[in-house]
Amino acid sequence: MARTSRPVSRRQAWWLLASVVAASAPLTQQIPLWLALAAASAFGWRALLTWQHWRLPPRWLRAILVIAGTVGVFMEYRTILGRTPGIALLVVFLALKLLELRAARDAVVTALLCYFMVLGQFLFTQTIPTAMLAALTVLITTAALLAASDDRPQPQQQLRRAALLLLQALPFMLLLFLLFPRVQGPLWGIPQDRFSAVSGLSDTMAPGSIAQLSQSDAIAFRVKFEGAVPPQSQLYWRGPVMPAFDGRSWRVVQTVGAYPAVPYSGSGTPIDYEVTLEPHGKFWLFALEMPATLPPESALTSDYQPVARQPVRNRMRYTQRAWPEAIAGRNEAPDLLRGALSLPKNGNPRIRTVSEGWRAQHGEDSAAILAAAENFFNQQLLIYTLNPPLLGADMVDEFLFDSKRGFCEHFAAAFVFALRAAGVPARVVAGYQGGEINPVDGFLEVRQYDAHAWAEVWIAGRGWLRIDPTAISAPSRINNNLAAAVPANEELPFLARADMAWLKELRYRLDAVTNGWNQWVLGYNPQRQRDLLASLGLKEPDWRSMTAVLSVLCGVVMLGLTAWILRNRLRVDPVLAAWRRFTDRLARRGIVWQAWEGPLAFAERAARQAPNHAGSITAIAALYARLRYAPDPQPGELIEFKAKIAAFQP
Amino acid sequence: MRLPELDLILADVNRIILGKERPIRLSLACLLARGHLLIEDLPGVGKTTLAHVLARVLGLNFQRIQFTSDMLPADIIGVSIFDRESGTFHFHPGPIFTQVVLADEINRATPKAQSALLEAMEERQVTAEGKTRALPEPFFVIATQNPTHQIGTFPLPESQLDRFLLRIELGYPDAAAERELLAGADRHQMVAGLGPRIAPQRLIELQEQVRAVHASSALIEYVQALAAHTRTAPRWQAGLSPRACLALLAVARAWALLDGRDHVLPEDIQAVLPGVIGHRLKPADDTARTDVEAVAAALIEAVPLP
Repeated sequence: MARTSRPVSRRQAWWLLASVVAASAPLTQQIPLWLALAAASAFGWRALLTWQHWRLPPRWLRAILVIAGTVGVFMEYRTILGRTPGIALLVVFLALKLLELRAARDAVVTALLCYFMVLGQFLFTQTIPTAMLAALTVLITTAALLAASDDRPQPQQQLRRAALLLLQALPFMLLLFLLFPRVQGPLWGIPQDRFSAVSGLSDTMAPGSIAQLSQSDAIAFRVKFEGAVPPQSQLYWRGPVMPAFDGRSWRVVQTVGAYPAVPYSGSGTPIDYEVTLEPHGKFWLFALEMPATLPPESALTSDYQPVARQPVRNRMRYTQRAWPEAIAGRNEAPDLLRGALSLPKNGNPRIRTVSEGWRAQHGEDSAAILAAAENFFNQQLLIYTLNPPLLGADMVDEFLFDSKRGFCEHFAAAFVFALRAAGVPARVVAGYQGGEINPVDGFLEVRQYDAHAWAEVWIAGRGWLRIDPTAISAPSRINNNLAAAVPANEELPFLARADMAWLKELRYRLDAVTNGWNQWVLGYNPQRQRDLLASLGLKEPDWRSMTAVLSVLCGVVMLGLTAWILRNRLRVDPVLAAWRRFTDRLARRGIVWQAWEGPLAFAERAARQAPNHAGSITAIAALYARLRYAPDPQPGELIEFKAKIAAFQP
Repeated sequence: MRLPELDLILADVNRIILGKERPIRLSLACLLARGHLLIEDLPGVGKTTLAHVLARVLGLNFQRIQFTSDMLPADIIGVSIFDRESGTFHFHPGPIFTQVVLADEINRATPKAQSALLEAMEERQVTAEGKTRALPEPFFVIATQNPTHQIGTFPLPESQLDRFLLRIELGYPDAAAERELLAGADRHQMVAGLGPRIAPQRLIELQEQVRAVHASSALIEYVQALAAHTRTAPRWQAGLSPRACLALLAVARAWALLDGRDHVLPEDIQAVLPGVIGHRLKPADDTARTDVEAVAAALIEAVPLP
């Protein structure tokens, strides 16, 4: 094993140091600070050793460091198993491996460890920057691996060679990515802590909870419509329905899986679309009102809200259909209607008085009461604002009669309260309203600031009707967007603003790229793979046919690369080609031209071996020598040369 | 466009030195390429005679410097002597002020004396007593060297060896040539009977003509391929330098002119290769004293024509 025990040169050590730093730097956020600092000092130590030509630390010191590092990781996590402790341990070993970098074998081991660390980064994040960083690390590590076998080339040259190698591997990578049989779901469990900071709708709604969301321009979900995009005022994305009220906040009542299929019939033109939902850690799936179909692995609650069986912890994609004019709950269960009437015993006396007035006037005519309520809200001249004043115990009264300033949750809560007080079943529906088409890729982007709350009112014989009290007071919120509805001096999230068009444009492009990445790279699941194969004419493929397609395509790529390389070799000038014909003919007579042999020397030898052709051989060789080596050969000479060779029959 | 005067010159030299057509042709090529020649061989094989004859037939004046271990630079360059009558120093030029210099047994002298000669070769001028004096044109040094393993020698370092465009070996004559030599007339008388075949001005013209010989891009690629092979193959300590490549091209141009061609062929490169690389390429295995011709042949056969 002479090759593997070859000592590691200084240049090779620098290369490996660079690739180890590149591989561990992105992980510094994931590992404890003490470990990051320890690893950094180990790298610095190794750099100093290389720079000053000092000796590597002795074996006993390295053994102590390994034990100390392992114990440190154990103390930190109380285990050395699992994702984060495993990565931390790998960082320890990688840093210490550098300190025993002696032979070529160590260099190869270090480089392979670096490749593995690149994989480790993806356990934490899978964004485009992570992938770009990983590609850079792979490039450096490949260059280090090249340097481990030959350290003479300059760094740029080494990087260029590595880049060329990776470029040649790229078609195979794409083929394997697209065609290698896929398993459902990610290979490793996605960590729980990822969603602790995710913003989104929650299962309770108190004054201010949605206004808070309006400060975030994070994407909630993206939608691709099959046909035309429905008008903005129709884009009500149904989310958690909140019938329970405790005097301050509205809550979801969990009745998961009440309906395995949609219990109402559709009317109007159906709208087909596909949702790509960002993970939000809750069960619910957003759907355009009213959902006509259910995504796989989901059910409909008794409040007609689609929910998944598992919390949405991965980005998921589902196709959906909506019936925009469907009415649900014509024959609603009496229990549920009773729940939609319950109010706390006390509080908000002023609105209760108003509601009781409607009741007294219209009796059991719910539709008339609804009309009165809408009329009342319209007359109150309520102002839609992102910064409503804080409200006290009787918050509905304070909002409707004193401050008159509120965000959508104030409107919805007050409206539902007023109707319940008048004896009409009503409930709050949270979700998103609107969204904006990204002009770059045509996806409708629904962001957190599109979060909204509205009311649903039940009228006997007609079922649940959607009433948006915000639309009564601030119709531009529904018909346009948030920016149009709130006063101009209020602080809006950047993307919700109407000005700064070019920055918005940039952001749109970035979002489109991210969306493409999510859709086609991270979201490339067995379903997508099947669709792709079906479009290639391979219906219902099993692993056998997929393997066959894969190997055939790999072969095609291989041939393509070979042809590309050969094309450059085969591009010969006519003089050389003719000369090759000539020498081939002589070779058939047993007179073989040696590749190093000069033309005249060869002609002399050939003429001796084939004396009856001596004249033409000498003439052809002389012409060749002139054409190839003399200054400005005449054009006639080439024609003569070719003619002589064509006529030459030994 | 064969040049008859060159053929006449070669015929004259070949008549005196028998059976050595190739080394003689190489020497003339070296002179035409404005280079200096190093002949490495045992005493008595005709080194001095070759130098002498070349000077004679080219119509150049000739001086011989016998190098010894007690030689000083002034013995080569010349010395200023105080003239009592005029009361000034008067420069007496040394033997180097001539057109053909035979530096005999150059490796017997100390490095100091050697470097005086080698500097003159490089600069084609001599600086003594603070005054620079140009050497005559054409200026051609033929140095001879005993094989370095002989005792009492100061071998020239590689950088100095590089100043010689070509290194050749004469070797023993074959039996027929030797018999003719032994039976024939006295060589000294024969040399004395020779007259110049061309004028010095014509020689300078020929040197200019050599520089104009065409080297096509295919040929230059070939030279590069040869050099690249010596640089990567493990057989040598270090590959051919760019200067060595220039030397190779220069001698090959002269060789082509001697053949009456206005362009260089790979054959020319191959013919002069042993003389160019013999003193420039050091084998990695220092102990092996291999035959230069065999080494050059191996190199040629390892590199296909581009």
